[in-house]
Amino acid sequence: MSQSTKYETVVGLEVHVELHTNSKIFCGCKASFGAAPNTHTCPICLGHPGVLPVLNRQAVEYAMKAAMALNCEIATESKFDRKNYFYPDSPKAYQISQYDKPIGENGWIDIEVDGKTKRIGITRLHLEEDAGKLTHVDGGYASLVDLNRVGTPLVEIVSEPDIRTPEEAKAYLEKLKAIMLYCDVSDVKMEEGSLRCDANISIRPWGQEKFGTRTELKNMNSFRGVQRGLEYEEWRQAEVLDSGGVVVQETRRWDEAQGKTISMRSKEEAHDYRYFPDPDLVQLYIDDEWKSRVRASIPELPDARQERYTSGLGLPSYDAGVITSSKKLADFFEESLNYTKDAKAVSNWIMGDLLGYLNANNQELDDVKITGQGLGEMIGLLEKGTISSKIAKTVFKAMLETGKLPQQIVEEQGLVQISDEGAILAIVEKVVAANPQSVEDYRAGKDKAIGFLVGQVMKESRGKANPALVNKLLQECLSR
Amino acid sequence: MSITIKDVEHVAALARLELSEEEKEQFTGQLNAILKYAEKLGELDTDNVEPTSHVQPITNVMREDVSRPSTGVEKAMRNAPDEEDGQFRVPAVLE
Repeated sequence: MSQSTKYETVVGLEVHVELHTNSKIFCGCKASFGAAPNTHTCPICLGHPGVLPVLNRQAVEYAMKAAMALNCEIATESKFDRKNYFYPDSPKAYQISQYDKPIGENGWIDIEVDGKTKRIGITRLHLEEDAGKLTHVDGGYASLVDLNRVGTPLVEIVSEPDIRTPEEAKAYLEKLKAIMLYCDVSDVKMEEGSLRCDANISIRPWGQEKFGTRTELKNMNSFRGVQRGLEYEEWRQAEVLDSGGVVVQETRRWDEAQGKTISMRSKEEAHDYRYFPDPDLVQLYIDDEWKSRVRASIPELPDARQERYTSGLGLPSYDAGVITSSKKLADFFEESLNYTKDAKAVSNWIMGDLLGYLNANNQELDDVKITGQGLGEMIGLLEKGTISSKIAKTVFKAMLETGKLPQQIVEEQGLVQISDEGAILAIVEKVVAANPQSVEDYRAGKDKAIGFLVGQVMKESRGKANPALVNKLLQECLSR
Repeated sequence: MSITIKDVEHVAALARLELSEEEKEQFTGQLNAILKYAEKLGELDTDNVEPTSHVQPITNVMREDVSRPSTGVEKAMRNAPDEEDGQFRVPAVLE
């Protein structure tokens, strides 16, 4: 579905990110994923009467750190409020959240789509507790409730309606994920639910200032799902308007299998949350000293690194963008540069062989054994002519699988490049003698024939002959 | 400000309460009496008083991020009217 010529799409995203603290936000239960149901619970997170929540300092600092990395203004006075609703995932019948004094407001991040940079505003970032998990059973007649996740600290990040295409939405999420990973405040795994995204989307005729009626999309479980859900919804809303109808403000669920959004028809009154300050929690006062201490803990962020890689190291913007999208990959890249000066070569190996291998095997950098040192030293061996680029491919693969350093792999497998003219000449003469047809073709003006002969020499030398020398000696031999 | 029957019906619906017509009348009267009583506060001059969200003038009560053992699933289930495989079993609520 391509961009509509009639309508402009307007999207705002609400993203929930689980903070990876050791304990929950208001009690000492472990805040970890994957435990047996209800084993990580206590009277506080089970919402028993008479218990008191006590705020986790680390959760506040992670939220501050995330808000700062998103260029938000940090509140000096902040507080917690109760958001009241009845649903079995919340045993207290309210969620402790932040209503009018969030941790951070008025931030922004820059995204890049089609080579153009665009700034997306962040309305606010607030801290709250996660809810439990429901599994529907008995054909939908009953639900089983696991309250392990209740009380896991979350930040909710609300964007301004600045996003104009599903592609921009995906770029925004990818940037947000990278920033959270750089700050080390969350694992940001969408498949484990540590990043969740809802979207508000509307369309309007081009040139119209007033926003159209929006729908809210839920249940998009991957970045790709978000993009597809938005693509479907902008198409659906356009169909509604084109057929003379009106878009109904409602919540719709993205159905990945059917590839469409489905109305959830919730009661209007369900959205009256009657927020009020939580009397069990005292106010937060964030002074300048605390702010600067947290600010000092923020590492160099993806945009700054990308700038350093392009302006400082001369990498193409695209390569720098890909490498900095993951902190681990960027750290790997920089470790390599301790062992070689050729940043472009390192980047090429990462963009080509490394990411190619990881994508083909559906793996991440942690799953392979190669080190930045290994890649850097291998590029050094290539520069010195110890190995050919063909051998380098073999060495690279061995490094991925064993984590050994290139020198060791080269020695163990006898992969040192042959640069001895006499040795290569002997092979060249042998190949020339064995392939009279190709030699004749070459002499008759078929330049391509030399490629075959080079290949034969390389094969004969088991890939170890120095290709430049092979070319030179072969041409000398043929013009004799 | 005074409470109408409509307000009572709205609040009752949010609290999942089913009220008879008599009860609606009764609660409307009672809630109005409470509000009228609280209106006395309006007589105070608060022009020079900063708004607050909490009665205690203390801030930043926090704990360190250290986990301790949980109560465990067995105790958690003791108050469950119905359970299945260590989980609370409830009637389905469709959102």
